[in-house]
Amino acid sequence: MVTLNIDGQDITVDRSYTLLDAVREMGITIPTLCHHPDLSLFGGCRLCLVEVSGMRRPAASCVTPVQEGMVVQSSTPYLERLRKTNVELLLSDHPNDCMLCERAGNCKLQELAYYYGLRENRFEGDRRIYSRKDNNPFLQREMEKCVMCGQCVRICDEIQGVGAIDFAYKGLWTKVTPPFERDLDCEFCGQCVGVCPTGALTGRIWAGKGRQKFREVDTVCSYCGCGCILTLAVKKNQIARIYSRKDTINEGMLCAKGRFAYEFVNSPERLTRPLIRTAPKKDWQLNDSGRYAQVKPERSSTNSSGVFREVSWEEALDHIAFRIKEIKDVHGADAIGGLASARCTNEENYLFQKFMRAAVGTNNVDHCARY
Amino acid sequence: MDKKDIVIKVCSGTGSLSAGGKDVLEAFRSLAASTGTQAEFRDRCTAHQVGCRGFCSRDVLVDVIINGEKITYELIKPDMVPRIFEEHILQGDPVDEWMAGEQHREFHAAQTKIVLSHCGEMDPESLDAYLASGGYEAAHQAFVRMTPGEIIEEIKRSALRGRGGAGFPTGLKWEFAGRMRSKEKYVVCNGNESDPGAFADRCIMEGDPHSVIEGMMICARAIGAERGYIYVRDSYALAVKRLGLALRQCREHGFLGSNVFDSGFDLDIRLYPAPGAFICGEATALMKSIEGKRAMPSPRMWRTAEKGLWGRPTVINNVETLANVPRILGRGAEWFAGVGTENSGGTKVFSLTGKVKNTGLVEIPMGVTLREVIYGIGGGMVEDRAFKGIQLGGPTGGCLSEAFLDSRVDYESLALAGTIMGSGGMVVLDETSCIVDTARFFLDITQAESCGKCTPCRLGLRRMFEILQRITNGHGRNGDIELLEDLGSHIRATSLCGFGMTAPNPVLTTIRYFRDEYAVHIKDRKCPALVCKNLLTYSCIQENCTGCGLCKKVCPSDAIRGTRKKPHKIDQDLCVKCGSCFDACKFDAVLRE
Repeated sequence: MVTLNIDGQDITVDRSYTLLDAVREMGITIPTLCHHPDLSLFGGCRLCLVEVSGMRRPAASCVTPVQEGMVVQSSTPYLERLRKTNVELLLSDHPNDCMLCERAGNCKLQELAYYYGLRENRFEGDRRIYSRKDNNPFLQREMEKCVMCGQCVRICDEIQGVGAIDFAYKGLWTKVTPPFERDLDCEFCGQCVGVCPTGALTGRIWAGKGRQKFREVDTVCSYCGCGCILTLAVKKNQIARIYSRKDTINEGMLCAKGRFAYEFVNSPERLTRPLIRTAPKKDWQLNDSGRYAQVKPERSSTNSSGVFREVSWEEALDHIAFRIKEIKDVHGADAIGGLASARCTNEENYLFQKFMRAAVGTNNVDHCARY
Repeated sequence: MDKKDIVIKVCSGTGSLSAGGKDVLEAFRSLAASTGTQAEFRDRCTAHQVGCRGFCSRDVLVDVIINGEKITYELIKPDMVPRIFEEHILQGDPVDEWMAGEQHREFHAAQTKIVLSHCGEMDPESLDAYLASGGYEAAHQAFVRMTPGEIIEEIKRSALRGRGGAGFPTGLKWEFAGRMRSKEKYVVCNGNESDPGAFADRCIMEGDPHSVIEGMMICARAIGAERGYIYVRDSYALAVKRLGLALRQCREHGFLGSNVFDSGFDLDIRLYPAPGAFICGEATALMKSIEGKRAMPSPRMWRTAEKGLWGRPTVINNVETLANVPRILGRGAEWFAGVGTENSGGTKVFSLTGKVKNTGLVEIPMGVTLREVIYGIGGGMVEDRAFKGIQLGGPTGGCLSEAFLDSRVDYESLALAGTIMGSGGMVVLDETSCIVDTARFFLDITQAESCGKCTPCRLGLRRMFEILQRITNGHGRNGDIELLEDLGSHIRATSLCGFGMTAPNPVLTTIRYFRDEYAVHIKDRKCPALVCKNLLTYSCIQENCTGCGLCKKVCPSDAIRGTRKKPHKIDQDLCVKCGSCFDACKFDAVLRE
């Protein structure tokens, strides 16, 4: 453990802490753009500067390890001026179109500009202008809004293990891009969208669905058994976007399905009641060798795959019970197999195999992920 | 013919090769063969290439040494070779008119050649030549007779400091790395010299590659590294080629590989051709680059000597630093320390360019004054114009005024004056150089070479460059000087790496020493040095004008009016400031201000 003094108060923290960790543990707010607790240290935005006695220059607290006896100032007029100038520089190369930006109201840069009252900019000059090139239904990139925090690059490489994007070019024209500036061709997990502090990376299906005053609904993702906790941002009973909070079992990480594939929720084609299929009788017949084989349907048959009939849950369950019994009586229990789903929870899958073994009496049970 | 030894040395640095050095050498060789000289003298007549000797403006330089008597010829072309061969070599009568003159002597006389001592003397592609001059004896001594501790102690006593620019004591750096316990350690040679106009490291790598390798070997032995990397810009094609050749020769002779000098110690050194961005020379970016990542500096949470390449203890030394090491072990730390000042021993190689008579690579002991360099080795200002300033340390260095002519060239004195040693660039400015334009030129380089990682460097340098551009274009605003100062000190205070910390230096130092010139540009919209095109006005001096009409003829925008034999007038609205009339007028009737 190490004891140091921050803003006149002593604090004892673990040796592995950075100054930023220590300062935040005391409840003091320091602005950052590039820092992410789960990613490698970057030290690029230069907003988390603090003054440390004995150091010639202000130190970036996110990359300065704590040392015994350090005396730290987290906010002085000089530091605030430096931070303000850095925000001012970032804004001098920014489209400033908060009116139409998908992230307005939820943007770190906007918040900093507001905090420092930056209406005028002393450094008006050349701005990056890029054409948009996104032929995918998930991500929208507006790279002129990028502040080069590098969080997207790091999360893609370090957490997702994909490495689809990296920095390219130098100076003002430095840019985060897929290799050779091609179109994005990755797994579209949207982790980069999740960490982007500005409107540079957004979800394509977010557009026009509202930006603020959401009703937040926590739920569990229904796509797989991992059970990621989703937070649905709901407006007018429609999902506007999905994200996940840091304090969940998935630590705020989501995949492409959990993050973007929610349009089914309000789809008119979504199945909301059980269906029973009436299959045409003569499709399958026992042949001479005692096996079932498909026979060609007669031309007069209108629908070879059968007809779906919407029924109540009672009728559906009765039908299943009746048919299982019928098959078991005629052909024995091992003529029945059960396939469960990886989307179900462990408990549900346990119950299912129990049902198949105890109630039906067969070991023919499996499911798509086999765990 | 008498019995005699004939040695012909032809300069073959990059500068010389582009001036035709290869053809000159071939011409000598074919003449020696066709005239029968070679057959007659056998191995007593040799013609070979040598490394660059620094005076590239006079290339191709050729030494003809007969019985130890050396005559140097300059500006030699292949068609001049037969006459030299006929008159000098065969008849013993040197060709006076092509001999290097006073300038050549003046240029070399005041220099102290330690690092460059092999350049201009020895065939860089021959291991035998290097061995004949005592090469690899220091390495042998380090591997067989000295302990690592003794080597480090020797380097510490020599007061050798990093020649890459920051000037960290080399012995101390080795000591840190040597103290670390690790399975693997690395020694890296930083040959990513990128300052415009600086070519000291290039010259050493091209002209004396074995010294660099020997320095690395000694360093590896001192810290216990088994793997080394030479990181050279890929665009230094000749350096890459000669270093590669030298490494191959070393492996063949067992100087590299397993059980070096039967010491039980393994060492392999590999060449890493670098992509060649400016920032690749920054230590942390360089390591990222070798690891195969984008060369972007990282925050220095640990010393490189503690956690460097792949997280292992690493020593990164500059080419020139490493080339000094075999000399120190060979001739002793006391001798080396005696050459320089108390805090920094030895010499430093500078690339002297700009408005001085003699430009080229100069090696001077630490502590020599700027005046001695400019007026001694440099031979004074071109056309004896007045000295105005000197940009030291490349584009991230600073510009010093006349008041600093007598300040000494060492790390402390230069830091005090607000500049750095850097990679050893010296650009001399005279009264025809515009200070604001010079600062703009350097910022143009640095803003484009910023890696883009941290905000102040990526955007701040760009904005400084834009402000300077607007001043030199005649659109300067009141408060621009203060804005530049504010932004410059902001970048210095908040940037991530050494590049950003030093990049505003050219602007900050020029404002410090030449503030008036900035003010004249902004307030009076004038450029005193007559460099900034958009700030110039051309007018006709009525008394001098004879009305000859020559100016009217050359003017591309029809801005000059007047009838023949009567004084003309220049219409300022139409003038595009090309200066054609000024050049054309024979009566000094066009006033440029």
